[in-house]
Amino acid sequence: MSGTLPADSPETGDSVERDAAMSGAALRVDAGRPAVVEQDIILRAEGITKRFGALIVLRGVDVYLRRGEVLGLVGDNGSGKSTLVKILCGFQRPDSGRIFVDGKEVGFNSVQEARARGIETVYQDLALVSQLTVYQNLFLNRELTRFGRLRWLRNNAMRQLARQYLSDIKVDIPSVDALVETLSGGQRQAIALARATRQEAGVLLLDEPLAAMGAKESALVIELVKDLSHNHGVSMIIIDHNYTHLFELCDRLNVLQEGRITYDQRVAETSVEELTELMVTEYRRRVTVGERELKR
Amino acid sequence: MHTTPEEEGLAPASRYAERGHLRRVSDVLFQRAETTIFIVCVALIIYFSIRSSAFFSYTNVVTMAQYTAPIAVIGAGEVLLLDLAEIDLSAGQVFLTAPWFVVLLSRRGIPLGWAIVVSLLFCIAIGAFNGLIVVGLRVPSFVATLGMNYLLAGLVLIASNDITSDMVGTSGKFGRFFGIGSWAEGLWGLAIVAIIWALLKGTRFGLHTTATGGNELGSAEAGIPVRQVKIWCFVIIALICGLIGIIDSIRIGSLDPAAPGLNEMLSGVSAAVIGGTALTGGKATVLGTLIGAVVLGVLEDGFNLIGVSANWFILVEGAVILVAMAINVQLARATARTIR
Repeated sequence: MSGTLPADSPETGDSVERDAAMSGAALRVDAGRPAVVEQDIILRAEGITKRFGALIVLRGVDVYLRRGEVLGLVGDNGSGKSTLVKILCGFQRPDSGRIFVDGKEVGFNSVQEARARGIETVYQDLALVSQLTVYQNLFLNRELTRFGRLRWLRNNAMRQLARQYLSDIKVDIPSVDALVETLSGGQRQAIALARATRQEAGVLLLDEPLAAMGAKESALVIELVKDLSHNHGVSMIIIDHNYTHLFELCDRLNVLQEGRITYDQRVAETSVEELTELMVTEYRRRVTVGERELKR
Repeated sequence: MHTTPEEEGLAPASRYAERGHLRRVSDVLFQRAETTIFIVCVALIIYFSIRSSAFFSYTNVVTMAQYTAPIAVIGAGEVLLLDLAEIDLSAGQVFLTAPWFVVLLSRRGIPLGWAIVVSLLFCIAIGAFNGLIVVGLRVPSFVATLGMNYLLAGLVLIASNDITSDMVGTSGKFGRFFGIGSWAEGLWGLAIVAIIWALLKGTRFGLHTTATGGNELGSAEAGIPVRQVKIWCFVIIALICGLIGIIDSIRIGSLDPAAPGLNEMLSGVSAAVIGGTALTGGKATVLGTLIGAVVLGVLEDGFNLIGVSANWFILVEGAVILVAMAINVQLARATARTIR
């Protein structure tokens, strides 16, 4: 994980623009937390709120992601993790709050706009079309076309690029012409991940990339994520319930509870035990609250 | 599926060797949804050509082309919607209503060319309305377009006073080009089907249609404007059904206000379904639909030719749908097994 923690020493890392911008850097120091250099932040969200009817999912989330950092996002089911990801990637609009990419405020109206800013997403449901082939999924909504407005598909070019890219990142599939419905869970996950990373994403949002996968199947995806982080400097937010995975992959952890970030700690300064303790305590508290409400 | 990570994708060299040529030919043959209906089609043609020497006569081939064209066009339109996991029950009624628009506009002194253009614009509006109801109000397309079907049927009955009318534009160069020429309807039908085939098979729009039908949420998450895709498909089917409807009535020369549009629509849907298009979305074949339409056209014409009553045609049509579908489903299950 070396070289991916630019936080406390501005000399590490590879960012040229950071050095250039250091003079005007605004330092934010929260008690007990590492200093956050504004120019290090690739993605920041402030005061994000979202409600669906009577259900308030996010109550003012503040979250930031440093350049090259891997941030783990933990929280109970229904704590709003997926909603937060869908807001950051432009799929849903927040009720209020602001999002900054590279320090500039953005207002995403669509997934396309977020993608244009280098934010790519692997959704929990993978967003693959099982009736389409591997290469069609890999290029979904980013097809190579010709003949101008006719948008005629350049299938052979896409096949070739897909084959090349998948072999580059060592994903082994029967054929780029195979239908996705014939692939295994791990292979599908790899295709979804490959789609998000094919275009040199700056920020990758991964919503439970290892869900519903056996330990052995997960290996492929974990290797891919590590490679992207270490060798390509991709910044990531990963949602996962498995602390072993998170401690292996992440630089920093955030806990989302009842629509707010309640915990922000570097992985090096915490432990699986501490995190488990935190979650269990919170769980017990909510059970007690629930019981009290029932008695009333 | 219990597999080791080596099998699952971490193997240094691909475990997937190239398949042999023979295997590939058989794969193509049996994985293609069109295969069954193509065999049925050839068998029917052989049967009728043996039973009747007139089957391959020039006039009969022209007649078959005229039978087939409307079914193929409505079917091709329905393929777009079935691909989306939607359906347009009003397509047949649009097919019947468009020529009434032309006649009613002509009666008000509007030149024929303009009457056709305005009628087609009406069709586009009908399609857009269908699409907006489905996408905007989230009314299931089955219900929304059923409502539109009766709306249009009622409109025709009211506007025509339930009186049969002659079609306009049935003479001269214009008429020949738009329907009374022997091959006009067949060629128009073929051209429209070819355009829909190219649209679905070759363009980004077609791919997005299949993607939306296969996984609507996933397609939206990938940034595909799924609502726009749906609305456009409703517009396209209304436009092409209106166009072939005008051509069909110029050929026939008269309009019946009480003709049931649902029959026309169901012929199109039958052609699509026996051709190998799934009702559940994400799997569509325009080529199969064309062959399916030819099967229905050949059946109707063949029974006429050998003097079997039209009642038998309906019975056999039902049998063909059942048998072709049963074979398709079984083949699909068999190939799914061999892949795994």
